[in-house]
Amino acid sequence: MELKRVNAVVVGAGAGGGVVAKELACAGFRVALLERGKWYTAFDCRKDDLRNQRTTALGCAFGPDEQRNPRVIAFPNGTQQIVKPSDGSYSNNAACVGGGTFSYGAMAWRFMEKDFHMRSAYGSVPGSTLEDWPISYQDLEPHYERAEWEIGVSGDDSGNIFKAPRRKALPMPPLPPSLEHITLESAARRLGLHPFSIPMLRNTVSFNGRGACMRCRWCVGFACEVDAKNGTHNTVIPVALATGNCDLRTDSVAKEILTDSRGRVTGVAYFDGNNRLQEQPADIVIVSASATESARLLLNSKSAMFPTGIGNQFDWVGRNLQGHAYCGAIGLMDFDIYDDLGPGASIAISDYNHGNPGLAGGAVLCNEFIRLPIQFAFMTPPDMPRWGAAHKEYVRKFYKRSVIVMGPVQEMPVFDARVQVDPQAKDFWGIPVVRLSGSRHPSDAVTAQFIAERAQDWLCEAGAIKTWLRLPGPGLSGGQHQAGTCRMGNDPKTSVVNAYCQVHGVDNLFIVDGSVHVTNGGFNPVLTILANAYRVSSFIAKNWKLA
Amino acid sequence: MSWYKSLSRRQFIRLGAAATAAAGISCNRPSLNPWRFLSVNEARTLAAICDQLIPPDHDPGADWARVVNFIDIQLCGPFVLLRKTYRHGLISFDRSVRAQFGQSFAALTVEQQVVFLRLIETNGLSLDGWRQISPTDFFEMLLNHTMQGYYGDPRHGGNRDHASWKMVGLSYPPIAGRQHYDERIS
Repeated sequence: MELKRVNAVVVGAGAGGGVVAKELACAGFRVALLERGKWYTAFDCRKDDLRNQRTTALGCAFGPDEQRNPRVIAFPNGTQQIVKPSDGSYSNNAACVGGGTFSYGAMAWRFMEKDFHMRSAYGSVPGSTLEDWPISYQDLEPHYERAEWEIGVSGDDSGNIFKAPRRKALPMPPLPPSLEHITLESAARRLGLHPFSIPMLRNTVSFNGRGACMRCRWCVGFACEVDAKNGTHNTVIPVALATGNCDLRTDSVAKEILTDSRGRVTGVAYFDGNNRLQEQPADIVIVSASATESARLLLNSKSAMFPTGIGNQFDWVGRNLQGHAYCGAIGLMDFDIYDDLGPGASIAISDYNHGNPGLAGGAVLCNEFIRLPIQFAFMTPPDMPRWGAAHKEYVRKFYKRSVIVMGPVQEMPVFDARVQVDPQAKDFWGIPVVRLSGSRHPSDAVTAQFIAERAQDWLCEAGAIKTWLRLPGPGLSGGQHQAGTCRMGNDPKTSVVNAYCQVHGVDNLFIVDGSVHVTNGGFNPVLTILANAYRVSSFIAKNWKLA
Repeated sequence: MSWYKSLSRRQFIRLGAAATAAAGISCNRPSLNPWRFLSVNEARTLAAICDQLIPPDHDPGADWARVVNFIDIQLCGPFVLLRKTYRHGLISFDRSVRAQFGQSFAALTVEQQVVFLRLIETNGLSLDGWRQISPTDFFEMLLNHTMQGYYGDPRHGGNRDHASWKMVGLSYPPIAGRQHYDERIS
């Protein structure tokens, strides 16, 4: 059934989609914002240690639903497995209004200048599709600022001598430091490093009509009980709806992008909340479904002009799937360092993002979010039993004495780390599902070893009596920082979208989420996704003539 | 004296009656199975296993903390697809322990139980009779579920009286801003 035409359909009400919907609605566009998940709010906060987006023992709290959304993982040895959203290898983020921003830890990083030209900075990397972005940090700078002030970022990066230049300070101060923060800060200074307070998309004072963080221990992976965690669900999306120009439709699962015989998009076919197939005609389609789901939607949008999926003429859709190669170290102290002041993560050093001898890139290093008991119970040193009396004594003795420092190592993209659509497996709605295959570039492990050792040095200087490393596996990356599958580029033969995130050759199809990142920085990527969404929205609003 | 052992006998009986009442069975008819999915023997074996994974000392062990109750509840919920795995795994487990020691697991000494669990953990015994799942995979599942039931939120049927959170020194119930989350067993 065909619905009344709109100017723009946005697929996915997450970080990118929320900003685009609001910017276009405020510019007078009629927008249909489709979201396959539900609209949760602070009233859906349950603080359930076993059911959240981080610990999925009893399922994912914020989607996608377990029964209807399988994926297929293909292993290097030729076997494959069907997985559910709560399985670690699914590469899930979330599926709800706000997307990952509803339940994330909310680190709000600007990438550094070099992060946009990794190839020019470090040279080509054999076996990697490492390339520069077709835009620079300066192209994004004013939009980073918009995201920081409109969605709301707190923190203090004035001590970060490595950061890219900013014109305006952050709107909110950092939270008062915990004992862990103070301990790590002095240690970092003794080592000659440059610690600073992590920028966070979190209210530390009243801002945007909502109050400040209550400093509980249930942050990353949880809804915020007091609505102090800022995402698109409690900022730009309500603004979009208030204009009267935006229609948010939840439980709406996109099936394919519709095209005409000239190869321009004409709208989106989707299953509504009653599982009925609808066709939403539109002048423009913006795909913001996450690096895995956006690639899937393009690959499932086949036609005579695009037999392998729209935008996929050169087989680059779904390629270069990346996340971050997380690594770091755990330290045990001989005193109680835990003071129950959340969210836990608060201090960072950017000394090892770039300029590491013999390595391309690196990572920011941060202390970790608070570990709930069920999480700490699995964090035993390599020489400790995993069960029995000794294990119980370890948990009892050291629960309040652990400090963890971790960093998101920037990965070298790999062409065969990819998203395809499975030839057989389908979801509840009959749509071919994501098929994941490939693995990390071997140099990621080398960089991770270096970064983990720097984390260890920091913990030792802070007084840890025992430390051990945490290193990533060699398998496929992605997960909550998923990126890269529809990369930006000037050459249509080696990219999917142009510098304005228009799909090459299809001027009314845009991709605005982490898919377009050529490389993913040594930082959590969400602020960059938000900033790029502001930038691309500005381009659309300026250049699209509304009838 | 361990805090949880100092509950009076009356309180113990009341707690036990509450558990069976919650299962809808009168405690005056002890021959009925109080569990939702598990058999009495399965529950007894699981209790013995989980009490080695997290043994009682001056803080409760997994059995007192109702880890078996947690597992039983989840086997009627998110773990429903694991029912066959549990059932067949416990049959294989029982067969192996009788082949090794001639008795059920619950009847072994503590030392024997630990030795046997290590064999299971490392696939260090005959794989005869382990068709649906390997010993090591069965062990990993039990370990995960025992940890979840012991350290997880009490609303799911385990971590009785927030025992593990007390053990590590965390405040409970959690200090809340709005307390919109519910603590009922889901």
